[in-house]
Amino acid sequence: MALESLDVRRRSATETTSPSARSSVEVAKLIDVSRCIGCKACQAACMEWNDLRDRVGETRGTYQNPPDLSDQSWTLMRFREVELPGKGLAWIIVKDGCLHCADPGCLRACPAPGAVVQFSNGVVDFHEENCIGCGYCQAGCPFNIPRFGARDGKAYKCTLCSDRLAVGLEPACIKTCPTQCLSFGAKADMLRLAAGRVRELQGRGFEEARVYDPPGVSGTHVVYVLPHGDPALYGLPREAGISPLVTLWRSTFARGLGVVTMVSVLVAGFFHWMKVGPVDPDRRADRKEE
Amino acid sequence: MEGTLPPERRGFATDRPPDAIRRYSEAERLTHWAVALLYVALFASGLALFHPFFFWISALFGSPTTMRILHPFLGVSLAVLFFAYASRLWRDNLLLPSDRIWLRRMPGYMNGKDETPVEGKYNAGQKLMYWSMIAFVAGLLLTGLVIWRPYLAPSFGMTARRTAGLLHAVFGFVMFVGIGVHFYAAVWTRGSMRAMTRGWVTRTWARYHHPGWYRRMTGKVAE
Amino acid sequence: MTNHWTDIKNADVVMVMGGNPAEAHPCGFKWVTEAKANNHARLIVVDPRFTRTAAVADLFVQIRPGTDIAFLSGVMNYLLSNDHVQREYVAAYTNAPFVVREQYAFDDGLFSGYDEGARSYDKASWAYELGPDGFAQVDPTLRHPRCVYQLLKRHVSRYTPEVVSRITGADPARFRQVCELVASTAAPDRVMTSLYALGWTQHTVGAQNIRAMAMIQLLLGNMGMPGGGVNALRGHSNIQGLTDLGVLSDLLPGYLTVPKETEPDWKRYVEVRALKPLRPGQMSYWQNYGKFFVSLQKAWWGDAATRENGFAYDYLPKLDRLYDILAVFELMHQGRVHGYVCQGFNPLASAPNRAKVTEALSKLEFLVVIDPLRTETSEFWKNAGPSNPVDPSRIRTEVFRLPSTCFAEEDGSLTNSSRWLQWHYKGAEPPGEARGDLGIVAGIFQRVRALYQKEGGKLPDPILKLTWPYLDPASPSPEEVAREYNGRALADLPDKANPGKTLAKRGDQLTTFGLLQDDGSTASGCWIYCGSYTDQNLMARRDPADPSGLGLAPGWAWAWPVNRRILYNVASTDPAGKPWDPRRPLVRWSGEQWVGADVPDYKPDVPPSAGMRPFILNPEGVGRLFGADKLVDGPFPEHYEPFESPLSADPLHRRPAARNNPAARIFPDDRAALGSPDEFPYAATTYRLTEHFHFWTKHARIPAVLQPEQFVEIGEALAREKGIRDGDRVRVRSRRGQLEAKALVTKRIQPLQVAGRVVHTVGVPIHWGFIGLTRPGYLANALTPVVGDANVQTPEFKAFLVNVEKV
Repeated sequence: MALESLDVRRRSATETTSPSARSSVEVAKLIDVSRCIGCKACQAACMEWNDLRDRVGETRGTYQNPPDLSDQSWTLMRFREVELPGKGLAWIIVKDGCLHCADPGCLRACPAPGAVVQFSNGVVDFHEENCIGCGYCQAGCPFNIPRFGARDGKAYKCTLCSDRLAVGLEPACIKTCPTQCLSFGAKADMLRLAAGRVRELQGRGFEEARVYDPPGVSGTHVVYVLPHGDPALYGLPREAGISPLVTLWRSTFARGLGVVTMVSVLVAGFFHWMKVGPVDPDRRADRKEE
Repeated sequence: MEGTLPPERRGFATDRPPDAIRRYSEAERLTHWAVALLYVALFASGLALFHPFFFWISALFGSPTTMRILHPFLGVSLAVLFFAYASRLWRDNLLLPSDRIWLRRMPGYMNGKDETPVEGKYNAGQKLMYWSMIAFVAGLLLTGLVIWRPYLAPSFGMTARRTAGLLHAVFGFVMFVGIGVHFYAAVWTRGSMRAMTRGWVTRTWARYHHPGWYRRMTGKVAE
Repeated sequence: MTNHWTDIKNADVVMVMGGNPAEAHPCGFKWVTEAKANNHARLIVVDPRFTRTAAVADLFVQIRPGTDIAFLSGVMNYLLSNDHVQREYVAAYTNAPFVVREQYAFDDGLFSGYDEGARSYDKASWAYELGPDGFAQVDPTLRHPRCVYQLLKRHVSRYTPEVVSRITGADPARFRQVCELVASTAAPDRVMTSLYALGWTQHTVGAQNIRAMAMIQLLLGNMGMPGGGVNALRGHSNIQGLTDLGVLSDLLPGYLTVPKETEPDWKRYVEVRALKPLRPGQMSYWQNYGKFFVSLQKAWWGDAATRENGFAYDYLPKLDRLYDILAVFELMHQGRVHGYVCQGFNPLASAPNRAKVTEALSKLEFLVVIDPLRTETSEFWKNAGPSNPVDPSRIRTEVFRLPSTCFAEEDGSLTNSSRWLQWHYKGAEPPGEARGDLGIVAGIFQRVRALYQKEGGKLPDPILKLTWPYLDPASPSPEEVAREYNGRALADLPDKANPGKTLAKRGDQLTTFGLLQDDGSTASGCWIYCGSYTDQNLMARRDPADPSGLGLAPGWAWAWPVNRRILYNVASTDPAGKPWDPRRPLVRWSGEQWVGADVPDYKPDVPPSAGMRPFILNPEGVGRLFGADKLVDGPFPEHYEPFESPLSADPLHRRPAARNNPAARIFPDDRAALGSPDEFPYAATTYRLTEHFHFWTKHARIPAVLQPEQFVEIGEALAREKGIRDGDRVRVRSRRGQLEAKALVTKRIQPLQVAGRVVHTVGVPIHWGFIGLTRPGYLANALTPVVGDANVQTPEFKAFLVNVEKV
């Protein structure tokens, strides 16, 4: 429910230009996994600020609770124990949530005008009052982020606290993170910070450390520093991108072509009528009574 | 005998010739138009979801969300009615060798030449329409089920849902073309619309378009 | 903490052992990540489990629960035998050169003077050889066979890497890596900080665990240094304040001690505590004990405390025995306690052997619970199914519940682990009938006093004459109490250096405990807090400015003592008064006085050449490698098996008396309730999780969502053996009780090879109970044994025996 309505880069299912008189600097959240202690303060802060309360669930053999993202859990620490050859046990703890793609699959897939909005600062926000609950955003998302309300069927996900950003505050998770695993600022600054972190990690024995800012979605506004490098270890796609199935399905060209063809069918019928006219044996001149 | 009114309603003032032949029963007509209405609603709502240019159609359903909720239920209803109806017609729609000749001569027919005599109740074009509708309704039904939120979609994988989403749109598009042809054919061949609204055709109509069927219905030979 | 939270960022090596700060102190842990990110610090974690702290560590070593001393002694052995000690520091600032009495001996686990029947030591031989001048004898060359340095070397020489690995199960290669990394901080320009918490204290050798690390830090020259020290991470908000104010059965405010029954005379009481210097020129600051004590008595009894009545010494209760929590519940269990008041305490959940606690509480006539929450203790009588299977019809105890406020509903100060007193303000009004603890206690006091006034009594004076100067006697304000703790002058205090001038006028709030007097002219409720509330409330200061860049922020709140941020900070300079590490100058001798970014922990005008040593509270003036008679269980730490050990044979000693801590107290019924490894083969340990705080946050929805249901952690190997899979329900049994929980099967707890056999460890998180918003669970202390640390009686929650089976 953001307030930057003069600051819209793109709206879902909208062919015309959105209000864009105002523009702001591109922002990013940096998640430095090497500094994450899995304390879930970000989860708690997200629930607090957004007034979300997931259900009290069960323990299923992991510290990961709730078990998955939901309409009530927009961010989630995922826990995974991995034996890394030559490095021993790693307990990989990753904050999951919307990455705020520069080229958002959800926005491309969404059929409801204005249900998904991308602001000029890069935030991709869901406006649930416009959401029709079709689920296309989930199909469009390369990171499997959107979840749906059990009661209202609307799609929910991290808003990057667009309401806080609009009044000059940082997102709630950033405010809360005790170890500065999470930082927030201009994307350029975050990338610089991330590069420094990668260098530091490489000097600490994490030779594979890298920044995750996948070009397949033209970069993201949530950027990770992955100490062990391989995104798959962190549950992130190695080659993130919008599925070609979705691209084809929702591409302006294909949809335009479809509409044009359908219109052509109508036009063709009309032309045929004009040229040939109807078949009407009952009115034929040579009509004969049997 | 088919095509005539029951005795108690004879003498009612009507444009229906006394020797008209009944082509579609009341149940068939009702089903057809129910399917047709559902199709219109489905197509319109599908179109609203397909392209933002048509999103305004969603207002006709009360709200976009109502439309999204209704669409799959309408779809399943259409499929049920359609298949119930279609299951009774398959025998009449078996393709015969003579249908090839009809098809070959179809372009001529469309450009003003006389129609090639048809053996059964349906000509080859209608038969092809029948089978393609079976395929597309089935395709739309299956792909629709895969993306049906919130009931069925969550139990399918993301690739399945993406594929289904794409195919659903493709099938819907092709089906629109098919239905367009079907509808135009009905308008173009005068008397056909009446056959599906009122149920009867004139003997001339029957003799011209479906001589084989006419023969079977009347015991007479078309000239 | 000797240092403070922010200071961790200055460390080059962070050693986390006996604690799990990433989970139990996530906010403080930010300074570890700062040290790593900005100071290239390396993080070592030694723990029975691969914790969330280990997840971000550079080096993790898994050890068997209760074997920390063996590990640390092995490290000391490595440092001493490879000469990785900061020799100059050790010679100047520790008691390494001190010569120990000839009678001192150590043999096969027992120190000299042991009385097996009494389970205690006669500590007379654990002392320095005194010269004819009354001072301790020293050998600066450290070669004397009985000097501390040589004794220590000998003592730890048994802890070879093989022995360490045999006892602890630690991987030898990783143990060696730890030793090397720790040893790297022997250089004057490299520092290690030690962070510990209840993982060290909750053992029968708890105090000695900490001493072992303190000794390592002394050997490395890391005490008093920025980025160094031995740092206790306190587990509750304001538990540091509780300790400082002496809310323990044997302490008075400011670490003064409650007199014993055998001390009827106040002068003698003060004399034995006001220790004389053991070396020439030392400050031995406890010589001022009398000033602190008399000022306390004046704060409590005002004009009624006079020189004539020994400053109301007789009003103080005298201890006939220990009344620690284990002892009190033993007495209660014997039916010798009639009433019990729990203020901010949930003993049914927090005390060991919950079955015994239930029985004990059932024998009370009345129980008063002062708490903001519905605690398990306040409903111990209520049947809650298998997790509280009591029969209320058989319990007569009358329970009174007095709802109190929580921290956000009251003003006041909180003292954190850094010794900072931070003032805070009420954020909301308390709900319903809740009242602040001050109001509740004042209310009880006033009613009791009225009864004494009406009915008299055997000794009414301590109650009737207690100073109660508050504006609203029924509800003293936090400011009034804080001012009282700080203290004020009761008469003009003359300045002896400038005749005719005064240091403080009558009625002035005092600025430092240096002004306290033993003649009754000053009052201070807690001498170490003197200076916190002068003419302004220094605790409320919020200036984050940090001119030194060392994170001292001297204008932020107020730290005891006298706003000093790092204790023993003069030890960060060499014997000439120059900082050991010029990059981290904390204080230095300017040529005329001690100056620097921190308040020097020293007499300000005494030059280093005068020979005063930086550990000014100790009569020796130096840090103690040899603990002398300060602890009851030995002057050096020694590994003893936990009272419940998975090993049937002692891996270190032949003598049966030395299997467990020989000086630890255990009551007969509690000894009878110990399990054997045949029946309970697995080592178990209890601990906290980030998502919860003790038994409180299960009452709040968000933490309940984040960690909803009780579980126990079981290694993959043990789970395989037992056919247990993730999410299965398992039963964990000890000799004292059992619980049922979900199994969390993990790679993070590996089976260890210990003394020729495999030891599995089972992890039992606390936090669940039969009240709250989480799924109902069992109190983890159903399992734990009633035996405590030999010195301070902290229960051995961190090492005991269980068995596990699939339900």
